[in-house]
Amino acid sequence: MYVAVKGGEAAIANAHRLLADRRRGNRSLPAIGIDQIVAQLALAVDRVMAEASLYDRTLAALAVRQSRGDMIEAIFLLRAYRTTLPRFGYSKPVDTARMKIERRVSATYKDLPGGQLLGPTFDYTHRLLDPSLLTDEAVEEPTLREAETGRVMRVSEILAQEGLIEGDGEMPEDHEIGDLTREPMEFPMTRDLRLQALARGDEGFLLALGYSTQRGYGRNHPFTGEIRIGEVDVEFDVPELGFAVSLGTIQVTECQMVNQFKGSSKAPPQFTRGYGLVFGQSERKAMSMSLVDRALRAEELGEDITAPAQDEEFVISHADNVQSTGFVEHLKLPHYVDFQAELDLVRRMRNEFEANRIGGDDTIKEAAE
Amino acid sequence: MTDLASYNFAYLDEQTKRMIRRAILKAIAIPGYQVPFASREMPMPYGWGTGGVQVTASIVGPDDVLKVIDQGADDTTNAVSIRAFFQKVASVAVTTHTKDATIIQTRHRIPEEKLAANQVLVYQVPIPEPLRFLEPRETETRKMHALEEYGLMHVKLYEDIAHNGRISKTYAYPVKVAGRYVMDPSPTPKFDNPKMHMSDALQLFGAGREKRIYAVPPYTEVVSLDFDDYPFEIQRFGKPCALCGAEEVYLDEVILDDKGGRMFVCSDTDHCEDRRAHGHAGEMLAPNQEAAE
Repeated sequence: MYVAVKGGEAAIANAHRLLADRRRGNRSLPAIGIDQIVAQLALAVDRVMAEASLYDRTLAALAVRQSRGDMIEAIFLLRAYRTTLPRFGYSKPVDTARMKIERRVSATYKDLPGGQLLGPTFDYTHRLLDPSLLTDEAVEEPTLREAETGRVMRVSEILAQEGLIEGDGEMPEDHEIGDLTREPMEFPMTRDLRLQALARGDEGFLLALGYSTQRGYGRNHPFTGEIRIGEVDVEFDVPELGFAVSLGTIQVTECQMVNQFKGSSKAPPQFTRGYGLVFGQSERKAMSMSLVDRALRAEELGEDITAPAQDEEFVISHADNVQSTGFVEHLKLPHYVDFQAELDLVRRMRNEFEANRIGGDDTIKEAAE
Repeated sequence: MTDLASYNFAYLDEQTKRMIRRAILKAIAIPGYQVPFASREMPMPYGWGTGGVQVTASIVGPDDVLKVIDQGADDTTNAVSIRAFFQKVASVAVTTHTKDATIIQTRHRIPEEKLAANQVLVYQVPIPEPLRFLEPRETETRKMHALEEYGLMHVKLYEDIAHNGRISKTYAYPVKVAGRYVMDPSPTPKFDNPKMHMSDALQLFGAGREKRIYAVPPYTEVVSLDFDDYPFEIQRFGKPCALCGAEEVYLDEVILDDKGGRMFVCSDTDHCEDRRAHGHAGEMLAPNQEAAE
């Protein structure tokens, strides 16, 4: 009568075999290539690199393919690989002023040194489905200009010349930059760790929180000082050599938000900063990150903490989508032992309830007395 | 890319294992205290046993015999998956027999068989903080533990009695360890709480997502919170196991048909099989055997 639920092992193997089949899909169509994903689904690859915090387009594309396009699953795959990599050391801070810029826009100045460069953007496209993309029609070659080689001044520096903006955030002399992948998080956090958590935080979550600040939940009057996207050098100090060597370049998106600030007991009236830096091309994420970064500085700047986006423990504890998805999805694991305990309790309470209703007995009241 | 296929013994690198072992030693030294540790991403999702897996990976050696259970059973899909993981990355010997295991990783149950001094029980813990449902902030709950400020928990239990006539916590029932820290026993049914008290075996708790490790060393007092006039009680089942006839064990309810037919069987599958092998039979098994004869 009773069939023991054996065979978990065979069931798992068969499920994974079916998954592999569905991933491949119709065998009469060519399989999608990793280089195709890197080239043609570049922004998906960028998001996976950013939230997995591992800069490797090939592996990110592999993860996208392996996850059948499920972004959070792809991020998880790449994270789980990242965690096994040995740590040689830490690079020097990247100098985004020396970025080889492909796109750079400022919303605070009409024109400025270095100019406004639209670059490859969806902005100002009309969101009309393009039937030409149904087939493989020839695409025009882009017009390109010579890359600027020099340093391109940041908008914050223009404001700083007048003393109208707070200084760039600085840590105390003896502060060692933390690494949230190596040390357990503790609250309250320092801004370096907070920015690390935001940089790998879920794009959708940060977008919603950033949006909430605009709608009045922790409003901080932002202006997009500038957004820049391009290639920066990554340099590494080799102790044996005594000087830094370049390891190569990475593409990053940087956003500097300039926020109005009326001053408080802790700081004079001036513009304040919110900062976002993300691997690859991801303006939405970089902008959201800088809004949330600024909101999370509420305590430092002596502002009232009234909104979710200003609540460090709330934001940072829930920003990581690999953690969130794991815990939400673990609800599908068996819980029958605990459910049995609850069943038993509800049955007993129900019996008492029915007995009381019939007998008019008030044992529960007595118990409380 | 080819080295993708090769991993260190038990997956974690030695540096990480050392970091986790330090946390475990600290946890043993301060029974019931939640030690923060730099939890790693594991190749299974957070909430699916990453804390337990990291603890097991840090203590497992080539001579160990591993048993993995989920809901008391060895053949639950996630237990199968974790066991297969350790077979793959540590080539460790595995067993389903509680007696033969040196390390038992568990989710939601403590085996019925009394554990011995050479055994380690590793719990998978989703939310390590017993005060979390009373106070969502970690900054606050750490302070409450530091000050041994557990009034809020007692008020909660009292309110339960006032509203329901009893303490309505049926699993993850809070305990006090060695007279100091209030601890979450992980979501085991309160039926299992007495087994933690003065256990011969070492009990380790790993919470991966929440990045905490805690421990109950052998022969440590573990007391379930209660009141003098409302003493702690465990669940009692009206019937013995329908398959092996065991009493005083935790039972699962199995729905047999769509007409309300149901049976109660041991949640600990190894215990149940072992009893049946020794000739015990419950009411559902006995007639079948007769029919076969």
